Amino acid sequence: MPQFGFSISQPRAVNLDTNDTVPAERILQEVPELQCCIACGSCTATCTAGNLTSFNFRRMHTLVRRGEYREVYEQLEKCMLCGKCRLVCPRGINTRAVALKIKKTLCDY
Amino acid sequence: MENKDKRVIVVGGGVAGMQTALLLRERGAEPIIVEREERLGGKLAGWHKLFPTFTPAGEVLEPLRGRVAEAGIEVRTGRTVEEVTPTGVVLNGGERLDGAATVVCSGFEVFNARIKEEYGYGIYDNVFTTVDIERMMNEGRVRTAQGNEPRRIAFLHCVGSRDEKVGAHHCSKVCCITGVKQAIEMKELFPTAEVYNFYMDIRMFGPGYEELYRKAQLDYRINFIRGRISEASQTIDGWVQIKAEDTLIGRPLRMSVDMLVLIVGMKGGASNGAFARSGGLTVAPNGFMQPRDAFFGNVASERDGIFYAGAVTAPKNIGECLNEGAAAAERVAAYLKL
Repeated sequence: MPQFGFSISQPRAVNLDTNDTVPAERILQEVPELQCCIACGSCTATCTAGNLTSFNFRRMHTLVRRGEYREVYEQLEKCMLCGKCRLVCPRGINTRAVALKIKKTLCDY
Repeated sequence: MENKDKRVIVVGGGVAGMQTALLLRERGAEPIIVEREERLGGKLAGWHKLFPTFTPAGEVLEPLRGRVAEAGIEVRTGRTVEEVTPTGVVLNGGERLDGAATVVCSGFEVFNARIKEEYGYGIYDNVFTTVDIERMMNEGRVRTAQGNEPRRIAFLHCVGSRDEKVGAHHCSKVCCITGVKQAIEMKELFPTAEVYNFYMDIRMFGPGYEELYRKAQLDYRINFIRGRISEASQTIDGWVQIKAEDTLIGRPLRMSVDMLVLIVGMKGGASNGAFARSGGLTVAPNGFMQPRDAFFGNVASERDGIFYAGAVTAPKNIGECLNEGAAAAERVAAYLKL
């Protein structure tokens, strides 16, 4: 079939009516303090991986909480679990555990 | 000193007005309260519980009402004030009340959510305001328009505040904490319901407020999404579909809820213009009255003999209004040399 260079864009909107929040709930049960994230971006600012690649940890765990997992698992491959993010979090979130749980939970996703 | 030299007209019988009158009476003045409603209490009369302590509104309101009655302070209810001057006011119908000083405690107006037509208040069945929720809580029954217990509730912050489109550049300040308080109350009433708060900034200015916000996130699992809802529409089954951007992930977001609560802001009083004209006062660009200065003249107007207390000069919480009542009474007493 000839290709004319056209494609159909997938909808970009996050749809909270249809998204599956079960994996997110599982992660939040293990690290409930993630719920009090104020999105300050300290974790991303200090992140070694984030300084060298497009990895944005703040955005990744927010996506997870909205039930969006598509790009997250792949992105989290960049995390080296160094734990610097945990040192700087003003809300006392164990961000390293968050990264670990996301990796573990989304493994079978 | 004659009695009329000690007479002070207090315009408005809300929290600030009652507090001002009570403390003026303690100092030997003869306050008289003019209130447009049939009962004293102002906006507080319509609220259920107060942030951040969940104190029943009646626990603040009833002692004030009781003490005003006990002190024998003259109260004119069901009357509006058309003109204010340092030496008295003119009521609707033209009656004049003379006094040696006037304290304007006429408070604020709640933003009319119908103006933000895109949110569908007054058009769709399940769009409410925070004022409606307080009323429903006072009535002891919070239900959707279909009579069901809500299962999915969205709160929208900053309705009528920080919005060029409605001519309001100011922050109404108390709505953030009101939204957090009501979200928690909803979660307590309906533990299995999902609650989402859509916000632009969360401004927790008072003691215990930030702590309550944290509690809402941690203990009540309320979802805070940074992004302003752009529009709402009604679905075929009477739910409300909302659209926003989740600005923290940079993607549009949509969902449907069976209750959309608009957290309405505070506007300057509708009578401020008339007060300014008659009293030689200034309405600030934000619609509230302009106090003499922001530090030592908070409760003074630009004119000697006219004073302010409470939310007439800016959005304030109940505690601040009570404090301003005390400050205004002190200032008036000094002015009258009591």
